[in-house]
Amino acid sequence: MKIRKRYFVLALYLAIAMLPIYWMLNMSLRTNADIMANFALIPTQITFGNYINIFTDPSWYSGYINSIIYVVLNTVICLVTALPAAYAFSRYSFIGDKHVFFWLLTNRMAPAAVFLLPFFQLYSTFNLIDTHIAVALAHCLFNLPLTVWILEGFISGVPIEIDEMAFIDGYKFPRFFFFVFVPLIRSGIGVAAFFCFMFSWVELLFARTLTTTAAKPIAATMTRTVSASGLDWGLLAAAGILTIVPGALVIWFVRNYLAKGFALGRV
Amino acid sequence: MGLTLKQINKIVEGEHHLADINLTLASGSRNVLLGRTLAGKTSLLRILAGLDRPTTGAIHENDRDITGISVRKRSVAMVYQQFINYPSFNVYKNIASPLLVAGQDKEEVNQRVMDTAKLLHLDPMLDRMPSELSGGQQQRVAIARALVKDADLLLLDEPLVNLDYKLREELLEELQAIFEKRDSVVVYTTTEPSEALKLGGNIIVMDEGKVLQTGTTSEVYRNPATVKTAELFSDPPINMLEGEIRSGRVMIGDQLDIERSGLFSSLDEGQYLFGIRPNHLYLNRQADGDARINSTVKISEINGSETFIHFEYGGCQMVLQEVGVDTRRIDSALTCYVNPEKFFVYSSQGDLLISPNGFSA
Repeated sequence: MKIRKRYFVLALYLAIAMLPIYWMLNMSLRTNADIMANFALIPTQITFGNYINIFTDPSWYSGYINSIIYVVLNTVICLVTALPAAYAFSRYSFIGDKHVFFWLLTNRMAPAAVFLLPFFQLYSTFNLIDTHIAVALAHCLFNLPLTVWILEGFISGVPIEIDEMAFIDGYKFPRFFFFVFVPLIRSGIGVAAFFCFMFSWVELLFARTLTTTAAKPIAATMTRTVSASGLDWGLLAAAGILTIVPGALVIWFVRNYLAKGFALGRV
Repeated sequence: MGLTLKQINKIVEGEHHLADINLTLASGSRNVLLGRTLAGKTSLLRILAGLDRPTTGAIHENDRDITGISVRKRSVAMVYQQFINYPSFNVYKNIASPLLVAGQDKEEVNQRVMDTAKLLHLDPMLDRMPSELSGGQQQRVAIARALVKDADLLLLDEPLVNLDYKLREELLEELQAIFEKRDSVVVYTTTEPSEALKLGGNIIVMDEGKVLQTGTTSEVYRNPATVKTAELFSDPPINMLEGEIRSGRVMIGDQLDIERSGLFSSLDEGQYLFGIRPNHLYLNRQADGDARINSTVKISEINGSETFIHFEYGGCQMVLQEVGVDTRRIDSALTCYVNPEKFFVYSSQGDLLISPNGFSA
């Protein structure tokens, strides 16, 4: 009896939490006319028209492709630069190391809008507006400090004696780093990559400002569905569902380390 | 390979971790570094390995200065106090790692790994991961990796301290046999006098960053040159009593009043420190010349085959070590005996003047 009560509460919680997502799924499977005319918990006339529309219309699916390109670029840039930085912060002591390390995090304390105008100016000067790399670089502003902090936490969890032992054994640094050390913090790298992915994927302000057409992200496309005939509810809902999917897929791989990641790798 | 340390100092944030260390480690020698925690044993070991650089001073190998040479270019192997292995490699790869990095022939690597694994009884678990092993097995893997390399300098930093008693005894015996067969310089640190005595070889007694005494282990144990060394190199600690030689008598505390003869005849009148090892205090009279002490039992500890009785005499905490189990109760009366011929006599500055083992200043 006790167990049932517990499950009941859990089920109720899940139902409430999932309701908006279910409603979006519900709408994405109906036509606009149906959505406006009837209230239905379960769609009666299921149509995949909205999804087909997205997958066949270049102005829609290119949004997904653009988003994925700059998100992956951003994740790669962050990991490649943050790994050595985090290793240095964790293992070496140098003048100002603690201050620089903290300063990195303060980058996250200013609202992104503060950087919007300087970034736009800077990227225009370098002719980078409307390119994937522009958005990827802009997102480093808040993803890179986070990645450094997460990786530093995971790296500090590896005893320094392992590094020393490898050097005693005669390992050259690159071989040690890639074949001994990186495998030890692979869960940290996974979590850091996930956070980069997540923040870059949901970010709208920079992504919209720094792009016009060639690198326009899906989130920006979704804000421009208002037409003369009103809002296209079904299409918007389908686009929303498709936007959730990549995040849900990625989260599956790091589900066991997520809590540690939120604690920036520190337990 | 012989190592010479010249005037090594290590200062970290204004604190002396090592002060004026001068040592010679002969080729093929076994050296035990004995000292309490924070005595500077690990600091010295890290400098020997090349992991840290001394603040001042130099290390010479034969006649070559190797002070600044990176650890990667030295022929050195090290075992840490914590069980340090490569967590992502299995036991075989862990042991083979230094050989594979050196780019040795696969066949030969295999042969040497197998031999070393057999030596340390690791052959049934070569394809397991370190995390699946017990503490003792993990440390064996670490020791195997250090041994397989056949380095000129083998450093072991309290390798057995985190193991249980039985395993420690076993591994210590195996290590003795292994060290015997090698011609590398072995440096082994420990906090336990009994471990140092079992290992034999040479001993370096350290305290607060300084080397107190060096020599063969048995010689240093028989004639500890200073009060400090005697205290460090005795477990349970040696009993140190202040006393006086005056008008033909040796007076220590309120009960010991011994005729000045034998050992003491060469000493001038004055204040001295008298050291008595706990195993030279007896519950029963052993010889006619024995002196008697009356006191009360403060604590009585039994470790299975021996009993340690703590009591107070002459304002000092004393320990008596007796073979067998003795069930004396706390606060009961205690009478014990000591043979004055077994006294270590130190000057009031703490230097050894006379030892029961033939030393005489």
